[in-house]
Amino acid sequence: MKQPSSHIKTLQIDGQDVGANQDETILEVARENGIYIPTLCEIEGLSPHGGCRLCLVEVKGVNKLLPACVTHVQEGMEVFTNSPRLQEYRRTILELIFSEGNHICAVCVVNGRCDLQALATKLGMTHVSVPYLYPRRSVDASHDRFALDRNRCILCTRCVRVCDEIEGAHTWDVSGRGVQAHVVTDLNTPWGDSDTCTSCGKCVNVCPTGALFEKGKAVAEMSKKRGFLPYLTQMREKRSK
Amino acid sequence: MRRHGYHPNALIEVLHTVQESFGFLDEDSLRFVAAALSVPLSRVYGVATFYHFFNLKPQGKHSCVVCMGTACYIKGSGSIVERIEKEYGIKPGETTPDNQFSLLSARCLGSCGLAPAAVLDGDVAGKLEPEQVIERIREWTK
Ligand code: SF4
Ligand code: SF4
Ligand code: FES
Ligand code: FES
Repeated sequence: MKQPSSHIKTLQIDGQDVGANQDETILEVARENGIYIPTLCEIEGLSPHGGCRLCLVEVKGVNKLLPACVTHVQEGMEVFTNSPRLQEYRRTILELIFSEGNHICAVCVVNGRCDLQALATKLGMTHVSVPYLYPRRSVDASHDRFALDRNRCILCTRCVRVCDEIEGAHTWDVSGRGVQAHVVTDLNTPWGDSDTCTSCGKCVNVCPTGALFEKGKAVAEMSKKRGFLPYLTQMREKRSK
Repeated sequence: MRRHGYHPNALIEVLHTVQESFGFLDEDSLRFVAAALSVPLSRVYGVATFYHFFNLKPQGKHSCVVCMGTACYIKGSGSIVERIEKEYGIKPGETTPDNQFSLLSARCLGSCGLAPAAVLDGDVAGKLEPEQVIERIREWTK
């Protein structure tokens, strides 16, 4: 797996000396060494997106914060993953995400099994101190088996990436910009009428929240099956060798 | 499209050309462009809705693009839009029912020195008062 030694970089994460392949990201190296960095838009098996900013870390000598999921390692880097400042910022990011949509966990299909909710608990976000926006967002229940509730969408683009990179259909994309941005299928066609969707369900399973869900599931009933992602990636790599 | 070599990266250029020829981007042309360039439908739609320049609805005979960029906004472009909204009952992005006139907005036309600025049927006009703009539109819709 590891390349010849000239490609090996040595660096420090939270004071721990670690070695890394030159094309690895800070996040990958941290994970290999059992160091936890919170992530939300990132999911193993898909290309990184760098959008949620929860994985921000401090690097000595760099005065901005860097997203660990898209920042490659460099020789002699000193990375800090969990300073009080970072913890504070991460909680604020979560508060902004909660206030931007309509996340009413008590009536959500994935209550108790939601990545966003789990992260808020883990990072100690106790309340939302910014005003809620209560946007008006639409729901698409036109598909036979699945539905989309944009009120719970955090625009992580996991659905866009899995449908493009793994299924190969590229049914989803993001339309509009700023607070108006939202996910659409095809030409904003109702999902059920989409020409490209194969109804494989991959998007539903990678969605971190209850935005994409299986129909017929009641509150807190839906759990997401993610095992297919590392499996498919591995099998494909094998085949292309 | 031939000129652009059917390359997916030519998407924006091609949409530009289509809009120039037809005035707006309807569903059929979006489908056609997607198929010809092998770009996913949702990507085409995403790009067409990301840029304010593209219109997905037919436009009126005349158009007024009011700049809502920072400089123009401070100098009162908001009141120009409000005035037009009141007079013609349309919001930015909409066209009057008789298809005479479309109201659009933009983020900075690059003429901040002329704030508040607007593009009236393709010509940039600056230092505008709401009444001046209404005057022009009245001439069109006479
Ligand atoms: S069900 Fe499969 S093909 Fe359809 S949008 Fe989701 S990932 Fe894409
Ligand atoms: S629908 Fe789900 S997976 Fe897709 S962008 Fe929204 S939150 Fe992410
Ligand atoms: S996990 Fe790195 S930006 Fe979202
Ligand atoms: S802000 Fe209107 S032209 Fe720049």
